[in-house]
Amino acid sequence: MKDHDARGIPHTTPRQSATFSQDVNSDIRRAAATGIYDIRGGGAKRKVPHFDDLLFMGASISRYPLEGYREACNTAVTLGTRHAENPIELDIPITIAGMSFGALSGPAKEALGRGANAAGTSTTTGDGGMTPEERGHSSKLVYQYLPSRYGMNPDDLRKADAIEIVVGQGAKPGGGGMLLGQKISDRVAEMRNLPKGIDQRSACRHPDWTGPDDLEIKILELREITGWKVPIYVKVAGARPYFDTTLAVKAGADVVVLDGMQGGTAATQDVFIEHVGQPTLACIRPAVQALQDLDMHREVQLVISGGIRSGADVAKAMALGADAVAIGTAALIALGDNDPKWEAEYNALGTTAGAYDDWHEGQDPAGITTQDPELMKRFDPIEGGRRLKNYLKVMTLEAQTIARACGKNDMRNLEPEDLVALTMEAAAMAQVPLAGTSWWPGKDSM
Amino acid sequence: MQSFDLETEGLRALNKTLHAQAETTNQTVWEITNPKGSHAIAVGLDAPIEVNVKGSTGYYCAGMNKQATVHIHGSAGPGTGENMMSGKIIIEGDASQYLGATAHGGLIVVKGNASSRCGISMKGVNIVVQGNIGHMSAFMGQSGNLVVLGDAGDALGDSCYEARFFVRGAVKSLGADCEKKEMRPEHIEFLKDILAEAGMEAKPEEFTRYGSARNLYNFDVDNAGAY
Repeated sequence: MKDHDARGIPHTTPRQSATFSQDVNSDIRRAAATGIYDIRGGGAKRKVPHFDDLLFMGASISRYPLEGYREACNTAVTLGTRHAENPIELDIPITIAGMSFGALSGPAKEALGRGANAAGTSTTTGDGGMTPEERGHSSKLVYQYLPSRYGMNPDDLRKADAIEIVVGQGAKPGGGGMLLGQKISDRVAEMRNLPKGIDQRSACRHPDWTGPDDLEIKILELREITGWKVPIYVKVAGARPYFDTTLAVKAGADVVVLDGMQGGTAATQDVFIEHVGQPTLACIRPAVQALQDLDMHREVQLVISGGIRSGADVAKAMALGADAVAIGTAALIALGDNDPKWEAEYNALGTTAGAYDDWHEGQDPAGITTQDPELMKRFDPIEGGRRLKNYLKVMTLEAQTIARACGKNDMRNLEPEDLVALTMEAAAMAQVPLAGTSWWPGKDSM
Repeated sequence: MQSFDLETEGLRALNKTLHAQAETTNQTVWEITNPKGSHAIAVGLDAPIEVNVKGSTGYYCAGMNKQATVHIHGSAGPGTGENMMSGKIIIEGDASQYLGATAHGGLIVVKGNASSRCGISMKGVNIVVQGNIGHMSAFMGQSGNLVVLGDAGDALGDSCYEARFFVRGAVKSLGADCEKKEMRPEHIEFLKDILAEAGMEAKPEEFTRYGSARNLYNFDVDNAGAY
């Protein structure tokens, strides 16, 4: 490109628009070509204030640390102590979030169970019912009770170690889902009582209750059916965390699961994922405040999900008041999702390792988010389970390292006073001081 | 016959007692007195017993029922028979909204009217209503049959899959992707049998069949407005 025109006048440097960026323009061209919104898997990809914007201060003269290899730091948590005869006892405060058989292959679900078992934690069914493989390979299995009620039956309900009533999902608060026909194998179709090969729409709202008063009665019914034995969780999206937590507790929940906007989905509109819901970081303090206002903090446990990736994230969520966290996307990556070893195949699908999110199309090169028998063969559930166990162990060790450095002999002794924020936004959301100050936005009004 | 006073003995004791009835129980007939609109009566049953509820019930009576016959001698609250797998529910009075929501099997008989969202997301259950049904009935109905001797409200069978609807009276409007269908001999036969089983008098020939036009089965941008 010449730096001047024929008259000798210099060209200005070509300038891309910040508003109409290349990414935005490609979205417009895609929409213009197809006439339909973009559907994809995963959670929000936009940058939002997150745990990376928080730091632990560690020990100092006023707080002494615990010896890393000598002094205990408890990671066990018990979920569902409020009403259930048999609460769930976990060795580590990291659980596996709900992901459906249908969205994931049977072997992938098996691997999640194997990994969770080996690490001493629970796994969760999804919008497709409970498979025998999953039940068989998961010693602690949480059964999701979803609006679609696909595969829902009282026998499986009674086999569950806990029931999670799903009101919302961080990726799409207020949204349902759609499993495209190409992923509907005979088995998936049979479990969902639908013909093979057709799109399966998942409702956004429960068919037989609306609002908190109904939810209280629904919880009563589920407890009566299961004899008050197992905990009942209520999962809400990061929408109105203070009120949703308050209402879930009022309705009788044993555990509140709160999923921020970075939490993934198998398939939903990109516009929904990116523009509806609040960041995980913004949801924790209001939820904890709700529990404290009801004098129910630690009595009703809080599980946080949506963008948990490392032991540092676990420790930060717990310092802000969570009792445990759940991972979904991170667990899939541990199993081998988006692995660069499949780069050539990702390229053939028009994407690249790390960015692949067309999970709903069933062509996953890693053989995880698919029902294609040939692709599924690429995934070994035993190896996958081992990888997940390793990852969970590393996260736990990381979280313990931080907790000990802060002088805590139990993960749940971490507290907001251990944290500072790197940005004003994170300081405001986490309600911890901006680093180097004793202030956060909104502090004086509290 | 075993009698159980819900008011004095309480809900937990009732459901616990009914759950304890095994396949081979000889206590096959139960009477529940003083239901007084209580919720979650006789939920999660799994034995071939007959439960007579002497009055009206609240939410979710006979929810997730298997095998049992639950006879409500009054009107039934929201979500009655939700996710039923098998067995039978008879409602002498009217039924509130979401009757038989997501139910997989068995038969639900309503002698009065059923409210809105009757048979929502039904997955194989048969429902027979002697009176009328409300709006948005059988929304996303997947399979099973909804038989109505009276009229249906707005948006019958919206976004339905393979569930079938037989209405004798008027249908105020059909929901998205629901259409009128031809009555073939097998449908007449089916109606004859189900009406007999429900103990209702009506001529099968007087019914009209409705079901999915199957235009929403695989996403097509030209149908986007219907979703």
